[in-house]
Amino acid sequence: MPRIRFTPNLHRHTACEDAETGGATVAAALTEYFERFPAARGYVLDDQGAVRHHMVIFVNGVPLQDRAALSDEVEKDGEIFVFQALSGG
Amino acid sequence: MSTRLLIGTRKGLFTARADSAGDWQLEETGFLGDPVTMVLHEAGGHRLYAALDHGHFGVKLHRSRDAGASWEEVGAPQYPPKPEDAEDLDPMRNEPVPWDLKRIWALESSPDGRTLWCGTMPGGLFRSDDAGASWQLSEALWQHPVRKQWFGGGADYPGIHSILIDPRDPRRITVAVSCGGVWHSDDAGGSWHPRTTGMWADYLPPERREAPTMQDPHRVVQCLAAPDVWWAQHHNGVFRSEDAGRRWQEIEKPGVSRFGFGVAVHPRDPDTAWFVPAEKDERRYPVGGRLVVTRTRDGGRTYEVLRDGLPQHPAYDLVYRHALDVDQSGERVAFGSTTGGLWLSEDQGEHWRNLSSHLPPVYCVRFT
Repeated sequence: MPRIRFTPNLHRHTACEDAETGGATVAAALTEYFERFPAARGYVLDDQGAVRHHMVIFVNGVPLQDRAALSDEVEKDGEIFVFQALSGG
Repeated sequence: MSTRLLIGTRKGLFTARADSAGDWQLEETGFLGDPVTMVLHEAGGHRLYAALDHGHFGVKLHRSRDAGASWEEVGAPQYPPKPEDAEDLDPMRNEPVPWDLKRIWALESSPDGRTLWCGTMPGGLFRSDDAGASWQLSEALWQHPVRKQWFGGGADYPGIHSILIDPRDPRRITVAVSCGGVWHSDDAGGSWHPRTTGMWADYLPPERREAPTMQDPHRVVQCLAAPDVWWAQHHNGVFRSEDAGRRWQEIEKPGVSRFGFGVAVHPRDPDTAWFVPAEKDERRYPVGGRLVVTRTRDGGRTYEVLRDGLPQHPAYDLVYRHALDVDQSGERVAFGSTTGGLWLSEDQGEHWRNLSSHLPPVYCVRFT
């Protein structure tokens, strides 16, 4: 089953435990994940369901290609890693 | 008089409290390290609200039932799905307007505390009837053709920063927008009409100077005891209305500068208002490097310059539009600056005491 991990920086703000989930695409995997951790959704996706502008999702170490619909496929033993660009002060 | 002042800053929420000896103590209240763009103490109740802008992680809203001792995240306003064929372009840059919450810039509660109103960037007005658990977009305003003419003033997108709720009839709602004028509804947001007649904008081509959608009122406030009297600190002047914004009169000589962001009006005296002026608009620091508050007691005919207790050596404190407030008694006035200064007066601005010079940049102050 795909495994989802989040940047430690996000754990400060909302519950987002690492977890295994179903789904053959990143969208499907995250949808299932957010059913268990609903508050985390708005920290990763914007109001239109796209990846937030300054958030990044890697699938097996490769940046997500479809940031609007998250249609990138993910293998059963794949890993989805959610993190953010570092900036600001 | 109010004995508590909430202070939203770039690095968290702070509270100043008056103790029994009359001294003000500053304390950390929450969200240290996170930008707090707006705070609200609901009318007639005890709940506090704090709007956060996490940047990467988006805009969030938190609520406290115990005076800030603990907080819970509640639903932030959410924009509806944007139709693929939506023609919604920023008029100045011709770029698509994101239907995505960028900032909570105004939070108000109705006099009975039952309804919350939230003004946001990129221009949506939301209401909640369940203490922030869920929000409904004012579709009539969002879908109004004039809304698409709004543009950002100092930010990428336009934002609603002022919400007036008529204490005589909470269905009468007014919003002020940078940049996008002043808009009024008599039916709780069902329909909207401009209220900018008399305002003019010196940054526009002459033929567009009175265009309602292009006015930049930095802040609009309403006198609680005389709700038809409104004050506006506009980008290029101070304006006052005595008929609920149907007609604005420009104040000819508003103290040391026409430029500034904040305005506060006495809750019972519609002729008394405070401002923190600044060098206009391409410079934005206190005139001459001397921090002053200006006050009128006669509806803007004359102004006093108040400086007792404020730094008169080179000082570069700019005061944002929500960072000036007056309490319900009309006696206590406070403001915070972009360089972390916080000042409070207990005699309508005659004398000021510095509560801190080392806060993070101050976004908003509110007496409760």
